Amino acid sequence: MAEYLVCSEDEIADGGRKVVACGEREIGIFRVKGALHAWHNMCPHRQGPICQGRIYPQVIEPVDERQEVRTLQYNEENMHVACPWHGWEFNLETGRNAGPAKYRLHRAELAIREGQIYVVL
Amino acid sequence: MDITNKNRARELPVQQIDVFTDTRDILAHANKAARKRGFEDWLICDVDAHHTETISWHELVQYIEDPVIRHQAMLFHDEKMGTASYGLNGDMGLKYQDVGGRIPHQAGIREQVDDDVHRDVTLSRRAMSALGVDYMVLFPTPMLTLGLHPQPEMEVYLGRAYNRWLIDKVLSKDDRLKTLAYLPFNVPKEAERTIEEFADQPGVIGFCVPSTRHKPVHHNDYMRVYAMLEERNLPIAFHAAYHWQDQSLSTINRFLGMHALGFVWCNMVHMTNWILNGIPERFPKLKSIWVESGLAWIPFLMQRLDDQYLMRPSEAPQLKKLPSEYMRENCWYTTQPMETVNMKALQLTLEMINAESQLLFASDWPHFDFDLPQEIYDLPFLSEEAKRNILGLNAAKLFGLDPTPRKSL
Repeated sequence: MAEYLVCSEDEIADGGRKVVACGEREIGIFRVKGALHAWHNMCPHRQGPICQGRIYPQVIEPVDERQEVRTLQYNEENMHVACPWHGWEFNLETGRNAGPAKYRLHRAELAIREGQIYVVL
Repeated sequence: MDITNKNRARELPVQQIDVFTDTRDILAHANKAARKRGFEDWLICDVDAHHTETISWHELVQYIEDPVIRHQAMLFHDEKMGTASYGLNGDMGLKYQDVGGRIPHQAGIREQVDDDVHRDVTLSRRAMSALGVDYMVLFPTPMLTLGLHPQPEMEVYLGRAYNRWLIDKVLSKDDRLKTLAYLPFNVPKEAERTIEEFADQPGVIGFCVPSTRHKPVHHNDYMRVYAMLEERNLPIAFHAAYHWQDQSLSTINRFLGMHALGFVWCNMVHMTNWILNGIPERFPKLKSIWVESGLAWIPFLMQRLDDQYLMRPSEAPQLKKLPSEYMRENCWYTTQPMETVNMKALQLTLEMINAESQLLFASDWPHFDFDLPQEIYDLPFLSEEAKRNILGLNAAKLFGLDPTPRKSL
């Protein structure tokens, strides 16, 4: 097991990220709602650079009491990262795919000591 | 725990990929995968990749043969504001391909390029290098719906200009870049002229019919075209595309659905006519390639046509065997976009189409549903020989290319 020093905690603001190489592996560290989440930069679809994708709120389509729909909306509660290769989307907090839950990102362990962020591999 | 300066994480130079990101950075993982799999020694032919010809449209229109139309087009690009490329009909679906900005390389490739060679040469070389490709066959993008233009002569003007421009500016600069030259199929006599003019030009390894059009491929008017290609041992490709104004797709409100069906439907119609009218019997040495419709449609059509044919053979009297047998012996297919969610279905599909000899790898780079060579390499049910054939050797045989790998990873 090895630890890799990334940066100080305050270098990743809420909504921000830092994508780093730790030896041969690449890790993306995201801050969402104040908390840090780290994911391997490897989309389960085609091993694309998922952590270097754009971040979007989840898209929802509200259905009213008559089962009718009118608009698409953003749900800011769930922030997604979209793989820049093919658009596969994952929840930044849970790592779950926007569709079938069986597709997930691979979480990386973080350690925080004295205000510094470390990736533990 | 070992924490030293050696274990300091290195920040990647690209934190978020966008339209300005270099192709080599976008595809860095692909290059790593190619090296890991030892593709250095594998011949890899990408039989369907694209460039965006409209970026160079101001340049391309200078190659229009008709002096009046050429003059109009050049003035149009010098003076008009806020309009699309001269002469192109296009399709509204092109606005949606990048999934609202989620797939930037589909929206645009705006990276820095060298000045000493055309940008499309540079961008193609970068993609080839990253993917581990030895030969890349280039197709246009918005021109793929030109077969629906209300003025058939516009397909003639622009198709010929495109062929001339592509050879002059791109293909002649790198002999690893190839094309299946644009056939103005709506005007059969001009298609014949196109074959005469371009068959021996640098980088031309066959001819392409963009499939979105309402012309019957079995019409007698096309028999001379097929005979000319067969005589020259040059394949004919039917490159699929979508067309949202097609009435059969007009109730579909999501690009996803229109694209899923549209890219297949045009080739299903042409293939049905191609087989039931006995084109493979009339031109047994003519090789047809069915491009960018994926693979899942083929087993469906094989089964459907076989069942119907056996009940109504009098309607297809030229056939001497089942439609599916022509489809697996006389036709070639490109892989992309290869449907991989159900691997059992994919395995059966590859068996049914005799993939070992009939399947050709295609990336479709830089489009949103592009595939990588590793997807063929990683299939668990194929032999190494089959993988080598699909990734490059089938194409080398079909197009007469040197099978020695030329890339450097």
